Amino acid sequence: MTIEQSDRVSSVRSQPGQAVWKAATGFITRKPLGAAGVVIIFTMIIMAVATPLITSHDPVEWNLTDKLEAPSLTHWLGTDEMGRDLWSRILMGARVSLLIGFASVAFGSTFGGVLGIASGWYGGKFDQVVQRIMDALMSIPGIILALAITASLGQSLFNIILAVGIVQIPRANRVVRSQVLAVKESQYVEGARAIGASNLRIMTSHITPQCVAPWLIIATSALGIAILTEAQLSFLGLGVQQPEPSWGGMLSGSARDYFVLAPWMAIWPGVGLSLAVYGFNLFGDAVRDVLDPRLRGT
Amino acid sequence: MQQYIARRLLFGLLTAILVSLMVFALMRIAPGDVAQMIALDASGGEASSITEETLQQIRESLGLDDALHIQYIKWVRDFATGNWGESFFTGRSVFSEFKTKFPVTLELVILSQILAVLLGIPAGIIMALKQDSRLDYIVRILSLAGLSVPSFWSATLLLVGGAYFLGWNPRLGYVSFFDNPIENLGQFIWPALMLGYISAATKARMMRSTMLEVLRQDYIRTAHAKGLAAFVVTARHALKNAFIPVVTVIGITTALALGGSVVMERIFTLPGIGNYILDGMLRRDFPVVQSLVLVLATSVIMVNLLVDLSYGWLDPRVRFQ
Repeated sequence: MTIEQSDRVSSVRSQPGQAVWKAATGFITRKPLGAAGVVIIFTMIIMAVATPLITSHDPVEWNLTDKLEAPSLTHWLGTDEMGRDLWSRILMGARVSLLIGFASVAFGSTFGGVLGIASGWYGGKFDQVVQRIMDALMSIPGIILALAITASLGQSLFNIILAVGIVQIPRANRVVRSQVLAVKESQYVEGARAIGASNLRIMTSHITPQCVAPWLIIATSALGIAILTEAQLSFLGLGVQQPEPSWGGMLSGSARDYFVLAPWMAIWPGVGLSLAVYGFNLFGDAVRDVLDPRLRGT
Repeated sequence: MQQYIARRLLFGLLTAILVSLMVFALMRIAPGDVAQMIALDASGGEASSITEETLQQIRESLGLDDALHIQYIKWVRDFATGNWGESFFTGRSVFSEFKTKFPVTLELVILSQILAVLLGIPAGIIMALKQDSRLDYIVRILSLAGLSVPSFWSATLLLVGGAYFLGWNPRLGYVSFFDNPIENLGQFIWPALMLGYISAATKARMMRSTMLEVLRQDYIRTAHAKGLAAFVVTARHALKNAFIPVVTVIGITTALALGGSVVMERIFTLPGIGNYILDGMLRRDFPVVQSLVLVLATSVIMVNLLVDLSYGWLDPRVRFQ
């Protein structure tokens, strides 16, 4: 190592902020589409959080004098058949979608992943039982499983998150489990066992770190699917209930009936939904490319 | 091989039994009294006129007062013999309704999967062969859009937009393929295309990545080196191996298409299983929901079984394990 190089290394080390900045610009230049996804997601999160600041209209209250108005300066995206401002309803819909998306992935993919670590590590009968349950869960089409859960348990926010989350369990489980099966045979796990580490210790400090990358790939790709599933549930009438705004719910029924008079009612929620899912998919693809060395450059 | 088939069949049966347990449990933990709902439905919404006696009568006639395990055993036994019970609300036999509605869903799913293969596989091959070209980027963006734009939105826009701008008449009555094939296809092509586009996107992306992987193998370089035409290398050497992982996702895309048919049948008012099951769910019509979910899951299990078997046939490495 020359003196110049060591200088550079130490200067980077002394300013951690610079290193983060470098990594960020590196990500943008190498994965421009992924970066675009991040921008979309962050914009949506900020808008969803700051909803009260960027709109003064109530998203739920009726205002029949203003019904079916075209987009204008007072109502940026127009109004619906009850005179409700679509811009504020879209923003509230973003809140619901993002909340259900993140919460269901946090529950479903995490639960599936932890179960995958345990069943991969212990193997044997426990693994057999878990895997057959995963087979069963996977054989019911996802949207039908989610519909059946909310139809049976009721359509509270918690139940919707539960329903959308359960659908994601098997995939996270399978991916993490196969990683565990590969890592299990490695020498350092054998070493850990030889010095008397407990099962719990090996799983948490030796196996889990190796499973983070494949798990992240699954979890980020699950975000878009989760948001789509929620929208479908609400569209079909078994998700978020009216008059609470949700993108899927806004597209059902009245949006179709009033299409000739007010096409914007059927357009904006779909645009919001597509953009959100597209953003998550772009981001998920970039995460997969970066974390999965086998696919790097493809 | 025979042992392998027997093992897979056994697993399939086990999975179906687990599904039946799950669905049964899900329908029983539902809060609220079904008898109450039926009585309310029958009395026209007058809650005050419902007596405890009528409730008890309803429970008895539906077998809801039996112990849970007896209810389950009865259901599974009846299910296996084609007696799937009657709808709580219409009183019609679930099995005979299923027989008239299943062809609709089957046609929709098969048509959508044919379209998906016709669109998705060539798109994937083109993307891999022309990697990083402008064409690759365009097709990639289109295929990612297929996964992002919700089909129920594009289908709604297509339907209302078509009615408004092109003067389409939404055909409300369903026409059987055997009565009038042309009108039938005119009815099915749009929902099938909407449904197929999602599957096509999945297949195209899968095809692209496996094809790229295969194209880098040594035997492909060998084929090129011995002077084979580029087309022959692609068609005879690369495609064969690239297809294997794509075949395995057919099980997944079939399950997806079956789920998606609920939405498409709803939007295009097709009298299929999806519409039927959704009505059942909205009304908590348990006999309809539990039997149909089990049937759909069983069909997915069978498709997966066929995929597994064809996998063994396509890839000798699997066959000899």
